[in-house]
Amino acid sequence: MPAYTLTVNGESRSVEADDDMPLLWVLRDLLGLTGTKYGCGIGLCRACTVHVDGEATFSCRTPIASVAGKRVTTIEGLSPDRSHPLQQAWIEQDVPQCGYCQPGQIMRAAALLDRTPGPSEAEIDAWMAANLCRCGTYNRIRSAIRAAAEAKRHA
Amino acid sequence: MHDRPPSTTGSGPTAAKGMDDATAPERDAIALSRRRFLEVSGGLGIGLVVSFSFPFVHPRAAAAGTPDSGGGEIGAYVRIEPDGSVVFSIAESEMGQGVLTSLAMLLAEELEVDWAKVRSEHAIGDEQRYGRWQTGGSSSVRQGFDAYRKAGATARALLVAEASARWGVEAKRCRAENGEVVHDASKQRLAYAALAEAAAKRPAPNEPALKSEDAFRIIGRDVRRLDTPAKVDGSAVFGLDVRIPGMLVAQVERPPTLGGAVGSIDAKAARAVPGVKAVLEIPHGVAVVAEHFWAATKGRRALRVEWKPGPWGELDLAAIEQRCLDRVEAGTTARDDGDAARAIEGAAKARVLEALYAFPYLAHATLEPMNCTAQVADGRCAIWAPTQSPTASAETAAKILGIDPAAVRVHTTMLGGGFGRRGADDFVADAVHLAKQMKRPVQVVYTREDDMRAELYRPTGVNRLRGAIDAEGWPIAWEQRIASPSILRDKGWPLKDGIDFTAVEGVRNLPYAIPNVFVSWADVELPIATHWWRSVGSSQNAWVTECFLDELCRLGGKDPVEARRRLLKDHPRHRRVLDRAASEAGWGKPLPEGHALGIAVHESFGSIVAETAEVSLAADGQPRVHRVVCVVDCGQVVHPIGVRHQMESGITMGLSAALWGRIDIEKGRILTTNYDRYPIARIDQTPRIETIVIAEGDAMGGIGEPGTPPIAPAICNALLALTGRPIRRLPIGRVEAA
Repeated sequence: MPAYTLTVNGESRSVEADDDMPLLWVLRDLLGLTGTKYGCGIGLCRACTVHVDGEATFSCRTPIASVAGKRVTTIEGLSPDRSHPLQQAWIEQDVPQCGYCQPGQIMRAAALLDRTPGPSEAEIDAWMAANLCRCGTYNRIRSAIRAAAEAKRHA
Repeated sequence: MHDRPPSTTGSGPTAAKGMDDATAPERDAIALSRRRFLEVSGGLGIGLVVSFSFPFVHPRAAAAGTPDSGGGEIGAYVRIEPDGSVVFSIAESEMGQGVLTSLAMLLAEELEVDWAKVRSEHAIGDEQRYGRWQTGGSSSVRQGFDAYRKAGATARALLVAEASARWGVEAKRCRAENGEVVHDASKQRLAYAALAEAAAKRPAPNEPALKSEDAFRIIGRDVRRLDTPAKVDGSAVFGLDVRIPGMLVAQVERPPTLGGAVGSIDAKAARAVPGVKAVLEIPHGVAVVAEHFWAATKGRRALRVEWKPGPWGELDLAAIEQRCLDRVEAGTTARDDGDAARAIEGAAKARVLEALYAFPYLAHATLEPMNCTAQVADGRCAIWAPTQSPTASAETAAKILGIDPAAVRVHTTMLGGGFGRRGADDFVADAVHLAKQMKRPVQVVYTREDDMRAELYRPTGVNRLRGAIDAEGWPIAWEQRIASPSILRDKGWPLKDGIDFTAVEGVRNLPYAIPNVFVSWADVELPIATHWWRSVGSSQNAWVTECFLDELCRLGGKDPVEARRRLLKDHPRHRRVLDRAASEAGWGKPLPEGHALGIAVHESFGSIVAETAEVSLAADGQPRVHRVVCVVDCGQVVHPIGVRHQMESGITMGLSAALWGRIDIEKGRILTTNYDRYPIARIDQTPRIETIVIAEGDAMGGIGEPGTPPIAPAICNALLALTGRPIRRLPIGRVEAA
């Protein structure tokens, strides 16, 4: 079985895995990082969203071979202490219900704020439409992203 | 039966981060004796962890009349941590509806602790202590409102009694405040942690005084949810996040056709896949057990199974609907006021309306697919599951293993959505079968496709309706014949007077003042398992009744709000939500070009909800819902923001179902297996939702489900207003413009 080295949340990690093993299962089953979620397996729900070299990526369809040597950030690595403005806004506005999709939502939103610090409502909707939430927390997600963008501007 | 757990299964889940490993063994070590107990244990870091239970009778245990229910000897318990935080054990499943917060609010209110110091966690399932743990029916807070407050008040009284005895002062001169007992005259204070051990040994007051409503500091306030921090940093432990040392992961291949069975298995190639440990036949399928999910996936791809198709190989949606139609005239009468048939047949043809309404099977489609982790050793079993029914899960496991249910410990994890689905325990059974055979902990994971195929669906069905109006255009007769598969029969439960009450809820109690009402229901036997789906019968019945009412209004030239106001003259709470929703939504005021407003009112689970939907049609015929106003009267409120969130959640789920929800079946196969064929609303398809909560002291209603029923008819009634054509079949799909 081939060995791959990648940087996960700032640490260099090596795994032995089939080249087609999705990054999602490498993270969850080989590296013990269970914050990234499995929802559909075919990139429709994006509960598995992580950052690869800073880009929002759905890890369920990302083979390990394609991320060798790259920088992966998961929800566990977004901040050491829930201090990311999005995490703060999520707490402040009580966004999660069941919470299962929220790591993916937050990682997706973090990539948005990295490129568009002050997104409009339409930009939020267009970008966040990738991610499903079965509990219907979308009204809160919208307002939390706006609040986080605001907080980031004043930081 | 309440002895210590087996050492082999006593360890808590060990996720990478998350469930508090340090406290799990400590929790397990607490003997659940019938005596009140207290345990002070050192060695768990710095300082002491104090646990004490206080007399608490869970309403379910009281209702069941278990021997302990009168004695007040068994209890909920609270743990006081070295940092002064207070941890409550809650015997209801957190599936997003907020019970770990709202029930903790009730305890904290009476116990007088600072909300910032409160945490909560799932209790371990224990029937003696908590009764049958089954979270559903929008019942947790309603059922627990008095019991949890009394428990908190009892604990407070004991702590005050202990402090006052130590100080030699009268208890009534002391008060509890922010986790301390205070004697103002002498300015003395004692922290609960210093009092708990002795307090727990004192005799409990029979009827502890409860705080008056105007003294509430926590109930009725928008306190922050307790489970949010762990849900924003990845540390919350859902079922799929459970990691037990030595755990294997299994996927189960099931018959592709309804009623199918295993013919022969060729597992040679599957077993050769690296990481695959076993291929095993279990009831209803063939399991591939592997070191991790991906190895199980690859093993499964290599597995060859020949299936026996079973007797339903030709079943499809048309055949299912025909079976419903064949039964619809043969129903059992559920309501018969006046003489509907005579009123209809005696009315002029132009004043009679006939319609056939049809609704599809629906999947719950929780975002976390079904899963369960089980360990079996030494005649005992431990289960870690996202379950709404820990008690039933324990019984299922016990039956499979031939052991006493008391030898099964159920650890309830966070549930990645429930909506009723996780009241079943098919996934528990799979895990127990495999853990027994493998003699190692096994986590069964349904892939999304497995999950949707193994769903227990919201029933399909048809309604044949006839209605008549009088010369002034007011409805005078309503006849509704329903045919749909019975959920209760599917579960082997008795039908009272030949009626599955879930199939007629919202219809049998149609609130409108119409003199002639006839309702019947006929069961339809089909080989497709049905189940509770958020708001159960109301999920389809509100759509049928509220849409048909709008059709009658149209026939009689009546405004839908005016007509409802008149017909609801005996239901002031219904009228109040209706009026409020209409005025907030701007009923009767001009809307943007191409927009129309629809309204619906429905009572379910003790709450009355009115919703409006402002709808337009996109160029491709897809309805677009722009704005929803929701007014809920739930009598009393514990956590207002929680109520608003549940309304938004119920509305979004109902909207997805109305617009797109349908399970397709062809040649005996479930074709709908992922979110491509079963779309659920995305953020850009979700309307702005404004919720108004009315709580005027009436009996407390539920909140988890009642938001769902009115949205489908509100949308369809808007489309009727927009196009002039009724929507009589769900999902709505694409609509032709007027």
